[in-house]
Amino acid sequence: MSARLALAAVLLSVSGLVHAAAGPMGYADARHLLARTGFGPTDAEVRAFAGLTRDQAVTALLRDARTTAATPPPAWALETGPTGAPRGDNVSEETRRAYRQLQIRQDLELRGWWLQEMLATTSPLTERMTLFWHNHFVSSQQKVRVARFMYTQNALLRANALGNFGTMLHAVSKDPAMLIYLDTAQSRKGQPNENFAREVMELFTLGEGHYGEQDIKEAARAFTGWSIDRETGQFLFRPGAHDNGVKTVLGKTGRFDGDAVLDLLLVRPETSEFVAAKLWREFVSPEPDAREVQRIAQAFRGQNLDVKAALRALLQSDAFWAAENRGALVKSPVELVVGTLRQLELTPAAAAPFAVAATGMGQVLLSPPNVKGWPGGDVWINSTTLLARKQFLDRLVRAAEAPVMAKTMANSGEPPTSTAGEPNTSREALMATPTATTMLAAPATPPTEAEENRARARRAALALERGMRNLQFDATVWVAQRQGNSPAAKMDTAQALLLPLPAVTADPSTGEIDAASFVRATLLDPAYQLK
Amino acid sequence: MDRRHFLRAATAMPLARAIAAPSAVFGTAQLAVAAAPAHADYRKLLVLVELKGGNDGLNTLVPYRDPAYYALRPKIAIASDHVVQLTDQAGLHPALAPLLPYWRNQQLAVLQGVGYPDPNLSHFRSIEIWDTASRSEEYLQDGWLTRAFATSPTPRSFAADGVIIGSNDLGPVAGSGTRAIALADTEQFLRLSKLAQPAPVARNKALAHILKIETDIVQAAGHLDGKRVFRTAFPDGGFGNAIRTACRIIANPSGVAAVRVTLSGFDTHANQPATQARLLGELAAGLVALQAALDEMGKWNDTLVLTYAEFGRRPKENQNNGTDHGTANVQFALGGRVAGGMHGAAPDLARLSNDGNPAFALDFRNVYATVLDRWWGVDSRVALGERFAPVPFLAA
Repeated sequence: MSARLALAAVLLSVSGLVHAAAGPMGYADARHLLARTGFGPTDAEVRAFAGLTRDQAVTALLRDARTTAATPPPAWALETGPTGAPRGDNVSEETRRAYRQLQIRQDLELRGWWLQEMLATTSPLTERMTLFWHNHFVSSQQKVRVARFMYTQNALLRANALGNFGTMLHAVSKDPAMLIYLDTAQSRKGQPNENFAREVMELFTLGEGHYGEQDIKEAARAFTGWSIDRETGQFLFRPGAHDNGVKTVLGKTGRFDGDAVLDLLLVRPETSEFVAAKLWREFVSPEPDAREVQRIAQAFRGQNLDVKAALRALLQSDAFWAAENRGALVKSPVELVVGTLRQLELTPAAAAPFAVAATGMGQVLLSPPNVKGWPGGDVWINSTTLLARKQFLDRLVRAAEAPVMAKTMANSGEPPTSTAGEPNTSREALMATPTATTMLAAPATPPTEAEENRARARRAALALERGMRNLQFDATVWVAQRQGNSPAAKMDTAQALLLPLPAVTADPSTGEIDAASFVRATLLDPAYQLK
Repeated sequence: MDRRHFLRAATAMPLARAIAAPSAVFGTAQLAVAAAPAHADYRKLLVLVELKGGNDGLNTLVPYRDPAYYALRPKIAIASDHVVQLTDQAGLHPALAPLLPYWRNQQLAVLQGVGYPDPNLSHFRSIEIWDTASRSEEYLQDGWLTRAFATSPTPRSFAADGVIIGSNDLGPVAGSGTRAIALADTEQFLRLSKLAQPAPVARNKALAHILKIETDIVQAAGHLDGKRVFRTAFPDGGFGNAIRTACRIIANPSGVAAVRVTLSGFDTHANQPATQARLLGELAAGLVALQAALDEMGKWNDTLVLTYAEFGRRPKENQNNGTDHGTANVQFALGGRVAGGMHGAAPDLARLSNDGNPAFALDFRNVYATVLDRWWGVDSRVALGERFAPVPFLAA
């Protein structure tokens, strides 16, 4: 082949690519984009995007991203002033119990509020990114024990979800929930607590291997004095507790304060690479392509760590659209629950029970297992969680049949017994722990914490059971609303909406199968666990 | 000859001499090393008990004669008259008193100063090192038991290779190839297993993983009896339930090689005394129930119970009546065939590193090698990557 012919062939294939990317992307691409950047999209949403080019679609998604929730939060979440958390040793057991129960109630309410926002939002990307940052800048209500602070942090993450990473890092580092979760509020001159200093390097910015133990020790001194004002519940810098001596962090020496250390971390290229690789695993595939991550990190740095710039580079990459990456990611429990309700166009009267459903699958919103967050990917799926997922889906399409869920959900525990891990000194546990003597002496009149938990798990399971029953999913109506000239064609369309890959076990669209069995088989198909 | 040299020499000795080797070095009554059978013997069960969050070893096995201990912990030390004395140097936390009978019967071995070189103080990284049996700077995907089962497979008839109870983190049985089941409750598992459906097609890794789990569920469900009732009373609470579930799994006639239960909440950065006392109390009650149920099944002599945690905690207490992440820690080995006594060496509190942590005396991989070589008869060199001498905490 002559050089000219080869060049022509190259030009032809390039123009073919350009043409493919420039034309309307069609149903499958639109479904892929919306499933990856949001929760399960509805048929109407997919069709609305199918007429756009890929670039137009990505631009629209980023342009229209909200920075606030549309669902009004519970009134207590907006309160200011002291938190009411019992302090010190002279607090009665009743007061502690009352506070603990209030916190558990508010926590559940807040999880319901967030799930409701995920269900109702016009900007699913914002909620996905808020969830992504929740899993990056982890704090857990299991340790924080002030639901109001968890709300404030959630609003902070949402406001910055598609904003500037540096701004977000500075803000979240001074956020009261974070100050409690990683012990910064307890850290003072002469007795620096290393928890935040370690995690901010390992998990928030540089990633493991790009700093030393000495950097942690020095940085920990810089964060001393960052505290919470008990009167207002706001960040407070206490100069008296701050170590303003000279520190050496990452080879730089100076009288650094906490903000200065964060700036040292933000200018390191490792930070943009670390975040870019994490975004890749969230949106593209489980195995980041090193060169592509470099390119995305450069785009991220080039725009002063603007998250939208990183996402744009990511969503416009060939890898994002590649056939081999379709259906390559496992849905998180929250994605499965919210996405299923959205795709089946079901609107629960109350969202909180559905947050509990995700708990049974291994994801307690606002309480990640440790500071590293949910590991995600294949780890979401083991025998327990896969069966919990299938049980939920099975139950959803068989709403009219006898309830079996209550008992099994109660057994699964709410909150789960395995929440501990990273800085998990559960305040609830500490406050509830009677001394050995009172344990022996006191009659068992007030319920123990374990009994409270079991009773609560039972109530939550019943609420979920009720919530599922009230949804009254009608598969016949839902399938009939799909596009297609025949029942079989409608089922084909339905499967193209629900599954990212061809069905593995579900026998599709023979036309012989009834709508309910068809939807059930499709939801129970292993491919439905993927996105 | 120091301890490590002795261990190396002991393993090099002919078997008969090894059995006859003096036990005084270890302070144990027995030193007996069983010959590794030609084939792995997975009728012997391993029960791992994870003390998640990093249990404070120094207040678990208390050096109650050591002034350095009391100097480092003016507020949270266990007073010498509260300690459950095991030797004239060391005693148990009072909440562990129910374990004393096992010590007296020589069925409790205490492994002291367990750790690894270049310790990592991050929870997840350190537990990853323990679970994958990697070196500190080495990143491995598969759990140490996963690699052992790959070397010497369990019988196909087994319900599963390993069962993880009440935790979604598969730890030592993580990774590809192994048949690992995670569940919280056997009855629920059996009921729901009908929703699983094995299938041969896998278009990508994620799908392949899901299909494998479906197959494992069907296999395990075919062998478990979720309704087994015991005379043993199990303690209330999450850990007691986990022990009961473990016993129901162990009761299945087709076998399982390893079971792991987890007790969480040991990350005691603040107000440690009350929290640790409660947790160790739960641990002791759970272990006593486990032993009683195993006895009931006639399996106590074929079970090795081993506790572990990602790390111990710093000897010097912090400002919040708690302790920060540390290094060397204590492990318990319990069972009908355990050679009771002290192994390893207590941390030297007079010689702490710059960051305030003691040196380790016993590498955790020596403990794993004991499980692999001496308990199951699996060549530990493959699973652990190099030769680690077993620790003589198993009787013949």
